[in-house]
Amino acid sequence: MSNEFRLADGGRIDRDRPVRFDFEGQQLQGYAGDTLASALLANGVHRVATSNKYGRPRGIMAAGAEEPNALVQVEAPFPEPMLPATTVEVRDGLQASGLPGKGRLATEEDPARYDTMHTHCDVLVVGAGPAGLAAALSAARSGARVIVADADTEFGGSLLGSGQTLDGRAATDWVRRTTAELAEHPEVRLLPRTTVFGYYEDNYLVALEHRGDDASSRQRIWRMRAREVVLATGAHERPLVFSGNDRPGIMLAGSARTYVNRYAVLPGRRAVVFTTNDSAYAAAIDLHDAGVEIVAVVDAREVVSTYWASLCVERGIRIHASTGVVSTSGTDRITSAHLSSLGPEGNHPTSVRQVVTCDLLLVSGGWNPAVHLHSQARGSVRFAEDIGAFVPDGTDQAARSAGAVTGVLATGKCLTSGAEAGRDAARAAGFDAELARVPDSKHAPILAARHLWVVPGSGDSDGTTQFVDLARDATVADVRRAVAAGMDNVEHVKRYTTIGTAHDQGKTSGTLSTGVIAEVLGVGVGELGTTTFRAPYTPVTFAALAGRERGDLYDPVRVTAMHDWHVEQGALFENVGQWKRPWYYPHSGEDMETAVLRECYAVRSGVGMQDVSTLGKIDVQGPDAAEFLDLVYTNKMSTLKVGRIRYGLMCTADGMVFDDGTVTRTAEHRYLISTTSGGAANVLAHLEDWLQTEWTHLRVHLTSVTEHWATIALVGPESRQVLADVAPELDVDNDGFGFMTWQEGNVAGVHARVCRISFSGELAFEINVPWWYGREVWEVLMAGGRPYGITPYGTETMHVLRAEKGFPIVGQDTDGTITPHDLGMSWAVSKKKDDFLGKRSFSRPDTARTDRKHLVGLLPEDTNLVLPEGAQIVEQPELGEPPVPMLGHVTSSYRSAVLGSGFALAVVKGGRDRVGETLYSPVGDRPVPVTVTEPVFYDKEGARRDG
Amino acid sequence: MAPRTPGADLPEHPTWLWHSPDPKSSYDVVIVGGGGHGLATAYYLAVNHGITNMAVLEKGWLAGGNMARNTAIIRSNYLWDESAGLYEHALKLWEGLEEELDYPLLFSQRGVLNLAHSLQEKRDSVRRVEANRLNGVDAEWLDPQQVAEICPILNTSEDLRYPVLGATWQPRAGIAKHDHVAWGFARALDRMGVDLVQGCEVTGFERVGDRVVGVETTRGPIRAGKVAMAAAGRTSVLTDTLGLRLPIQSHPLQALVSELLEPVHPTVVMSNSVHVYVSQAHKGELVLGAGIDSYNSYSQRGAFHTIEREMAAAVELFPMFARAHVLRTWGGVVDVTPDASAIMGMTPFENLYVNCGWGTGGFKATPGVGWCFAHTVAHDEPHPLNAPFSLERFTTGALVDEHGAAGVAH
Ligand SMILES: Cc1cc2nc3c(=O)[nH]c(=O)nc-3n(C[C@H](O)[C@H](O)[C@H](O)COP(=O)(O)OP(=O)(O)OC[C@H]3O[C@@H](n4cnc5c(N)ncnc54)[C@H](O)[C@@H]3O)c2cc1C
Repeated sequence: MSNEFRLADGGRIDRDRPVRFDFEGQQLQGYAGDTLASALLANGVHRVATSNKYGRPRGIMAAGAEEPNALVQVEAPFPEPMLPATTVEVRDGLQASGLPGKGRLATEEDPARYDTMHTHCDVLVVGAGPAGLAAALSAARSGARVIVADADTEFGGSLLGSGQTLDGRAATDWVRRTTAELAEHPEVRLLPRTTVFGYYEDNYLVALEHRGDDASSRQRIWRMRAREVVLATGAHERPLVFSGNDRPGIMLAGSARTYVNRYAVLPGRRAVVFTTNDSAYAAAIDLHDAGVEIVAVVDAREVVSTYWASLCVERGIRIHASTGVVSTSGTDRITSAHLSSLGPEGNHPTSVRQVVTCDLLLVSGGWNPAVHLHSQARGSVRFAEDIGAFVPDGTDQAARSAGAVTGVLATGKCLTSGAEAGRDAARAAGFDAELARVPDSKHAPILAARHLWVVPGSGDSDGTTQFVDLARDATVADVRRAVAAGMDNVEHVKRYTTIGTAHDQGKTSGTLSTGVIAEVLGVGVGELGTTTFRAPYTPVTFAALAGRERGDLYDPVRVTAMHDWHVEQGALFENVGQWKRPWYYPHSGEDMETAVLRECYAVRSGVGMQDVSTLGKIDVQGPDAAEFLDLVYTNKMSTLKVGRIRYGLMCTADGMVFDDGTVTRTAEHRYLISTTSGGAANVLAHLEDWLQTEWTHLRVHLTSVTEHWATIALVGPESRQVLADVAPELDVDNDGFGFMTWQEGNVAGVHARVCRISFSGELAFEINVPWWYGREVWEVLMAGGRPYGITPYGTETMHVLRAEKGFPIVGQDTDGTITPHDLGMSWAVSKKKDDFLGKRSFSRPDTARTDRKHLVGLLPEDTNLVLPEGAQIVEQPELGEPPVPMLGHVTSSYRSAVLGSGFALAVVKGGRDRVGETLYSPVGDRPVPVTVTEPVFYDKEGARRDG
Repeated sequence: MAPRTPGADLPEHPTWLWHSPDPKSSYDVVIVGGGGHGLATAYYLAVNHGITNMAVLEKGWLAGGNMARNTAIIRSNYLWDESAGLYEHALKLWEGLEEELDYPLLFSQRGVLNLAHSLQEKRDSVRRVEANRLNGVDAEWLDPQQVAEICPILNTSEDLRYPVLGATWQPRAGIAKHDHVAWGFARALDRMGVDLVQGCEVTGFERVGDRVVGVETTRGPIRAGKVAMAAAGRTSVLTDTLGLRLPIQSHPLQALVSELLEPVHPTVVMSNSVHVYVSQAHKGELVLGAGIDSYNSYSQRGAFHTIEREMAAAVELFPMFARAHVLRTWGGVVDVTPDASAIMGMTPFENLYVNCGWGTGGFKATPGVGWCFAHTVAHDEPHPLNAPFSLERFTTGALVDEHGAAGVAH
């Protein structure tokens, strides 16, 4: 049974390129140019899937993305769930199987790559059917930059499947010539296989391009900003609702026509055509001429078109006017259609008048313009009585709709409206555009359609087999139930019945369900409206949206100039913001605790060195720099002398500590401020925010210079000697180079700025050199320090050392609810300044309380114990029933080399008044006793900082 | 018949839900906003306080705001005592709500994992777990291996850009079906004779001095003994008409779903720094969300790059999601306060009460809000559980700042 239903010739498949594929274990053959659906039909396979709720057999209903039924799971080349067989291109090795409305994810990792393109254009044409192509021609000839995107593998839209003629030749000739001309224009970009799926503010549209499994990226997102947009997105045919309208072999008439003309496939041998409008007649004629026996055309209208009737009569096709298909039989495929006379609108049929055997039932309930993108962009729609569907009705975007999406169905009109839209769009974009000539098309007169929402049933009066949304197995009975429950709004009915929520988002069922609801409620369809259209137009893979932002590219990895050195020394790294910072440098056999104790000891007793390049650095310049810094820091910076450095605290407007760092005055109108490593970007944003929105009068410029400088902290009693050795020109004496001052000079042959600041309490120098020289200077210092046992150390040791001195880390010992006073840093809050960020808040009743949480030290009674960070503090050793009142929590906790015990920093209610008290911290389920202390554990008098 | 897919047999909605009456000219209590909070408040006003001469006024379709758009995550593992008290009260109510409302809410206590990706997040997580336990909220800190056992499809490898260093775990947390919750309350209210008035937008207030005596609506003026505002993202628009400025910023918050998939994801995973949160709903769709769009807006739609970033996080954490498809994205308008905690209580106007500022995380509080706000309205003073969430706290400074410490929203 190979391609038994394939016509001997015709179609747009490539008969020289047969492909083999596997469907549910059957080896089948198709041709390049086939979709999985057309290839299955060519092999006589109609039943493709099973319905989601009732497990009913389901076939192929459509020929495009609107397919509600024929969902497949692709197994090979790589598993992908829930693809409509109508959108899967067949290729060698394709393996697929039908699905019951639910798919399976691969268990192995997707090896494919996905990427993104950004582009701008003057005119974006969405859809390359007759309207879209005509629009593109008008626009392209004006020299405008035009993008034409279409979901299909080739351009032409409905012309590919309709077998019609233009200018007396095959319409596909015109498509070919037009596409070829467009491709010649240097400013035109053609994007086949590209679905525009999202339409956002200001003509920002996003599209998904399928590039194929063998391409360097499998799928690509296009982010497009268009001056003008032409929406030529066409229309979807609407099915009809009657009992058993879901069986395999029941197909949209226009889709059947596409299968015959485009794929040279006969979707059946004996067909009944059931329609409410003229469009299905063309399908009947095309199928007949291709060899399908059309046993009956069943037209719901009393009066049928004489034009089409005569074409039918010529072919001996019988037309049943005022008649409907009310039910069907068949299990895996339709075997008969049951006809009944409908009478005039509103009248109910008597009984089944005739049973017609068939293996194919074509249906057409009219056409729904694909207003999705128009609506996504917040364009309004109105119900057009003539076509019984919603059409675009005004938009705030620079956009226009053309072709079938506006409700016009005749090819000639689509071409003209397209050409006009393209011209108008190009003109609006500033080009001198003319109307492109459109080819002549045969125009059949159009007789008004009858809007039939539910074909009055026989036998199934409760409507349980009259499907409104096949994808969700939702029936007329469900709609009635919802309405009977009081639901009178489409959104409520949608949610009650789940109509329109499946993979197809109701492309075929949307308008239909509104019609059915309106009928049940007895109101007008237009009054009810549609549910909201949302992106994406068709489903998009997660991976495509993720693009290249995966793995290391998920977020940029930032490393310092000395990074490779740290790696070579076997450092372990900590993620701090985007930075990789050395955490500690274990010697072989050392665990973290041993390594950190060693590093700490080395710094306190000899000399250590840390890469602190990641600290944020912001260059603050301008005549008002001093005034500005006085406003953003709690302490006064205008009084800082050039050459000196001051520690500074920043608060948010509510008085809570936000960041801290040093402020170095480098010139009268210039400061260099440092921030925490993770906070740098936020601080810059915060400062810019105030500068740009509140203090626009200040003449200040901010520049992030973090990556201009590599920064090395040289720390410990021997640091002065090490520096003296490598920087002989520098005066490193305490008198010549005092604490909190800076000097410029030559360090290891490189011009450097050296600061005397300390975050450990030890004598320390911070050496800043241009980033480029970072590693070189680092290595010279390392070599120079070797005689003194210089030890590189990481963030963990830095944390321990500063905690021993009671220096808080913003973001660790604070959490956005801690004021400078809470930290015991009232000394850093100016009492003289008129104003600064946070000042006003300090006087608020809650902020001014004296029993707020204070930063204190804790010493566990068990000196061996290191309290877990995050552990809570309670008053009593017995916890009792929850809620247990909590006094605060442990913010930092370590083992100290110099103290020979565990110690911690904590914030504790009224903590400063509790120094000496015993409190408890539940560790596991056991509250352990801890003594509250001052937060400074080591060198309280600060004797060590000058060496 | 082929085997039915899991989730195909979800319970059906009842055969009767609610009427759509026209508004009367006056009520004892008028509730502005027919979202989850408005409905729950009306419910407890009726059940706990015997007030039924009451209307819930909804400008659109009932529960069509954030209530219809949220990702339905329910948990109570908040850091601060004030928050834990309120959310835990709500969670206890959730545990009996299906029975109370006699409605299948699909409340599923499948647990929530809040991932930590940095040493600081780890500290914050342990702190929150310890605080939760002392507050009687179930919570555990899990190491990466334990995390993997609970959610095997999560990428817990160390190669991740920001590896999972562990997670907090609240077993009693989970999800429910938002529409069912709203409809459960609505049906109960309808039965008790409370008017649920749809398509009725409140446009202003009627006042006698500083006393509010009614509301102006698109369907005419309605007098009211008391007016309770539960209008979420649009609250500040309403209070503006009184010259009352609330410390609220309205932002879009987006969410999305995939197609139906066979069950792969047994729990709820939330990550703040690889910013995404995911659950798999009963029918099988993956439900995902992330952070707010940064600009202010009252339009129920966000920007595309937010979705792209969220998907990058999703695929990073769940490599197997690579070829799942986004079916639908949408947005709500969330009302965000400076301390990321709600505002619930009295206003400077007599007989006017406000509940708002729930931002990205008010669904889980729905029954708790109803309970406490009803108490506030009925007694003209806050319930002890919502007393800390007063409007005055922005003047006194007694904030309940959930950003820094707990970080996690939703
Ligand atoms: C995408 C998204 C995901 C979320 N995820 C979660 C989550 O996982 N967990 C969680 O706990 N929370 C979540 N939330 C937050 C949660 O949805 C909200 O905090 C909560 O729903 C707010 O309360 P509500 O239900 O009353 O709000 P809404 O449902 O928004 O109710 C307010 C109602 O007031 C109506 N209204 C407004 N103005 C007027 C007026 N003038 N007159 C009459 N009516 C008016 C609105 O139409 C609306 O129906 C999420 C929110 C969004 C948007």
